[in-house]
Amino acid sequence: MNLTLKIWRQKNANDKGKMVDYQVSDISPDMSFLEMLDVLNNELIEKGDSPVAFDHDCREGICGMCSLYINGEAHGPGRKITTCQLHMRMFKDDDTIYIEPFRAKAFPVIKDLVIDRSAFDRVQYAGGFISVNTSGNTQDANSIPISKHAADEAMDAATCIGCGACVATCKNSSAMLFVGAKVSQYALLPQGKVEATDRVLNMIHQMDAEGFGNCTNTGACEIECPKGISLENIARMNREYLKASLKG
Amino acid sequence: MALDSKIPQGPLADKWTKHKNDINLVNPANKRLIDVIIVGTGLAGGSAAATLAELGYNVKAFCFQDSPRRAHSIAAQGGINAAKNYQGDGDSTYRLFYDTVKGGDYRSREANVYRLAEVSSNIIDQCVAQGVPFARDYGGLLDNRSFGGVLVSRTFYAKGQTGQQLLLGAYSAMNRQIGRGKIKMYNRHEMLDVVIVDGKARGIIARNLVTGEIERHSAHAVVLGTGGYGNVFFLSTNAMGSNVTAAWKAHKRGAYFANPCYTQIHPTCIPVSGDHQSKLTLMSESLRNDGRIWVPKHKKDVEAIRSGNLKPTQLAEEDRDYYLERRYPAFGNLVPRDVASRAAKERCDEGYGVNATGEAVYLDFAAAILRYGKEQAHVKGLNEDDETLINKLGKDVVKAKYGNLFQMYEKIADENPYETPMMIYPAVHYTMGGVWVDYNLQTTIPGLYAIGEANFSDHGANRLGASALMQGLADGYFVLPYTIGDYLSHDIRTGTISTDLPEFEEAEKKVTESIAHFINNKGSKSVDYFHRRLGKIMWDKCGMSRNEKDLKVAIEEISALRKEFYKEVLVPGTADEFNEQLAKAGRVADFLELGELFAKDALLREESAGGHFREEYQTPEGEAMRRKEFQFVSAWEYKGEPKDAVLHEEVLEYNNIEVKERSYK
Repeated sequence: MNLTLKIWRQKNANDKGKMVDYQVSDISPDMSFLEMLDVLNNELIEKGDSPVAFDHDCREGICGMCSLYINGEAHGPGRKITTCQLHMRMFKDDDTIYIEPFRAKAFPVIKDLVIDRSAFDRVQYAGGFISVNTSGNTQDANSIPISKHAADEAMDAATCIGCGACVATCKNSSAMLFVGAKVSQYALLPQGKVEATDRVLNMIHQMDAEGFGNCTNTGACEIECPKGISLENIARMNREYLKASLKG
Repeated sequence: MALDSKIPQGPLADKWTKHKNDINLVNPANKRLIDVIIVGTGLAGGSAAATLAELGYNVKAFCFQDSPRRAHSIAAQGGINAAKNYQGDGDSTYRLFYDTVKGGDYRSREANVYRLAEVSSNIIDQCVAQGVPFARDYGGLLDNRSFGGVLVSRTFYAKGQTGQQLLLGAYSAMNRQIGRGKIKMYNRHEMLDVVIVDGKARGIIARNLVTGEIERHSAHAVVLGTGGYGNVFFLSTNAMGSNVTAAWKAHKRGAYFANPCYTQIHPTCIPVSGDHQSKLTLMSESLRNDGRIWVPKHKKDVEAIRSGNLKPTQLAEEDRDYYLERRYPAFGNLVPRDVASRAAKERCDEGYGVNATGEAVYLDFAAAILRYGKEQAHVKGLNEDDETLINKLGKDVVKAKYGNLFQMYEKIADENPYETPMMIYPAVHYTMGGVWVDYNLQTTIPGLYAIGEANFSDHGANRLGASALMQGLADGYFVLPYTIGDYLSHDIRTGTISTDLPEFEEAEKKVTESIAHFINNKGSKSVDYFHRRLGKIMWDKCGMSRNEKDLKVAIEEISALRKEFYKEVLVPGTADEFNEQLAKAGRVADFLELGELFAKDALLREESAGGHFREEYQTPEGEAMRRKEFQFVSAWEYKGEPKDAVLHEEVLEYNNIEVKERSYK
């Protein structure tokens, strides 16, 4: 395949940035999207140009490091995949592909397609945990039976990879799917209930402080989420928040 | 320096308890005066950082990724072992110990492995308390599955994402301490040297990967939880950024590097699809619980399949060779990884590989779908002879068990594994070798510790499935926090270590000069060009089977490639910016040294053991032939060039387990 790429180039956080056109040729449909960018970068390097910076690590859809807004969609066309799992067979010869960073006020660009998602970490520092020390004296793992249903539902929420596609997709740059997933995982499990009140208040407080927007129930985040995190998690977080607010 | 493994005296089962009672403690008020640096935030580093911070030490944690949650432990799929014996199938601490030592082909340290088995149950308790959503059965209790090389079900799991859930558990424990200010987190930072003051590890030099700034960080002890070096092969199931740099810099500063040639080639990975390939993807070993591995019995069928004239599903049962079931009737498809990988290579080398390149075998779920379908029909009182119904019910069960893995396969290979067998081939996955450590997980540099995959200690020459997660968390949650206290108890009056010491100056200068070399070199070839070439030498000559002639050639080739690399490498951009190529250049430079030591180690080891298979040393049936005279750990001391490395042997003693031929027949 021969393709035209229109890629966002931005030298650093202070640079204004612009779209730049590139051509790549002989792209195999079996390549992953990031391998296609590797081909481009190798050409740029050997020509003495600066390669396109993008985040990536595991290249198997689990670390959450890769991002990219491809043809107007987080992680590109295709459902329930990250950019590293997107393959070139999704495109046709002579296609023009637009590649931009995830955009949100809370995710400033570091360089080209690389963004700073540390806001997500700070929301987790505020309450994304159960306060239990590694004493070695915790009770036996089977001493609290947890219904398979609750365990499975908690697991579904816990599969969030923290990539930020929900924020990038949302017209309000809301992080409520991300935060809702963590709040839900713990709210569904008996171990998490002890601190449920403080957790939801603290995490939402931090989420607001980071400049993420609110949810207005469009549901685009759920569609673009590579792990299929359900909107129910936002509803559950709202219920937890209401409960916590009433308790004060 | 003579190696002292510091294994406590006394009966095997009492060693750890006794040791914990004997070692020094640091009182809570004094812990506040002590700083610890932890490099790497995977299962080992993350759990260690959280636990040490809980205890009251001041922790500085470093990772090269944009968040500690992204370390490659996250990609582990299948599960974590623990000797809970919840299934009542005869499991015990001793049996987990026994399986691990045997699985490692009698090349690991008894006392370390026993301790690992001993703390394994506690890991599960700890993780459940943290809210890790392990799979449960309908009664609400934890579920288990079985893995290769064992006869019990002791593997706990969270769908096919166990590593993710355990890592997020450790990350949550870290978050709590970061929030309290007890861990200071340095994301997008890469350690480029360890600083030794008066013979002790007292800090690191790190590069801020966003600004390019070189930073000095001091501490009373330094812990490496930096993972394995599988990426020396270029293609592996490791993450793109996984590297040996931290461990290698420690080696160059005096830490011995042990058993570099012990590499695990995982049998079930998605085959290479072309030259563009940047990494390989693993399909969890748990698939071998239900999948049957085969190739055609006859060459004519192989030809027909390769040319597309025959579909695998059309081939009659009697024309298929389920070679693992044939060769190893006792363990069948659940033989350990090294055995399964070599058997796949043997069939493919004989010309029975089923894809275009002849490097793939089938992993088939048709029998499992049928079996589960019938079982479901029976349970639900439906017609057990209705093939369509059975097929549907069976697929539903397989989907519930392995759905995400099947989906992952389909996305990459563009084939539906519910309808046609998967194609798989072995790939580099894990490295059992690593920084040499004693029983306390301390390296040969006082105050420098290595935990998790970064050390060499627990898996011998081959690691059993679901044991990497166990070891990472055991080291970080339950072992290091005790043993490091013994060392730090001598540092309560030391005070903060100054970063103005000449040793910091010297180390920073070295790092800066090396970076300047790369930037100013202006050669003609990209870093990846060299990395790929190194990977090819490693795979062809130091891969699944090795021989004296090839290893000697590999040593020469790697050494020549390293010289060419320094002359010809082209790193674009500058040192004071976000520059991935620059970071990569440093990592590949270290791989180019490690690769040579790896080949040297493989050449020295004139035997076959676990993941190390020397063609000259095999039984008439083609099985690995271990040799008593090699019952030692080879620990290498750095002396300049890899070829000058000096060997130190740690002889392995087995007093609680009989060393015998490792058979899975």
